[in-house]
Amino acid sequence: MPAAGVVLIVAVLMIVLALVYFLVATIVALWRVTAGLDEVIAGVGEIVRKSEPVNDVVSAINEQLDAGVDLLEGLLVKKAGMSDAMGLIEGAYPGAAAAGLRNFPESTDVEAPRIGEIYTRGTLSLARLGREAPIAALSPQGAVLRNVEGGSLAARELYPDVRHTSPENLPRSPAIGVDAPDQYERRDDIGAPRKRLPARRP
Amino acid sequence: MTLWWIGDIVLLVVIFPVVVYLLRGVLEAARSIVAPVREIATVAAAGSKDLDAAALLLTTQDQVTRTVAGVAAYGGSLDVILDDAQAE
Repeated sequence: MPAAGVVLIVAVLMIVLALVYFLVATIVALWRVTAGLDEVIAGVGEIVRKSEPVNDVVSAINEQLDAGVDLLEGLLVKKAGMSDAMGLIEGAYPGAAAAGLRNFPESTDVEAPRIGEIYTRGTLSLARLGREAPIAALSPQGAVLRNVEGGSLAARELYPDVRHTSPENLPRSPAIGVDAPDQYERRDDIGAPRKRLPARRP
Repeated sequence: MTLWWIGDIVLLVVIFPVVVYLLRGVLEAARSIVAPVREIATVAAAGSKDLDAAALLLTTQDQVTRTVAGVAAYGGSLDVILDDAQAE
């Protein structure tokens, strides 16, 4: 065999050996990839299985919370009025009034009164418990009614009394005593000796 | 004979290096996939473990239902107790 033939065979053998080495190494690497992908598929499948009911549950929770928000917004606006409602919201959560109420788009146009600077939280609602509650007679709309630093006029203005306006005539105070126009009969038992029960006999 | 030698030289100098270069590229590409796949499998397992708490959503749903029911009852009482705001 000529030397060129031997060299050719050696070259072909080298190429075949290179092919075998690299292809086997590639196959091993691909086996590892396959094993890794099996783990990935198992993990993803578990994620899919565990997250399957999440959508329904979260949707149900959102429906419940939506109902709660609708209820509270409606109740607040119904009882406090739109302006006071926005003032209460702004007082409790500064900046929240700008977002407005979800079910009342017009609430974003309301200029929220500074209820938080006038009353403590809930005072307005408590004041409205009494139909004639003096603090509820005046609306907190407009300027601040009470000077927190200590203003007596502002405090008096909270009441519906008209004394702070210095009127010419005020309702007269009720007359009491013997000359009072309304006299009440005196009870006979007042001032009389206390009745004594008969003593028990043994 | 000369052509045979030329063929041998081409085989050894050109074809063999090209074959080795290409096969090495394929091998490196295959090996480079292994590590990311392992990391993805680890992340998927961790994500699956994190979702173990998803079952607690049922408790949350129950609590939310009870809370909203309580708020509704409380709101109904307030609706009766409090006067409505006067129309502005």
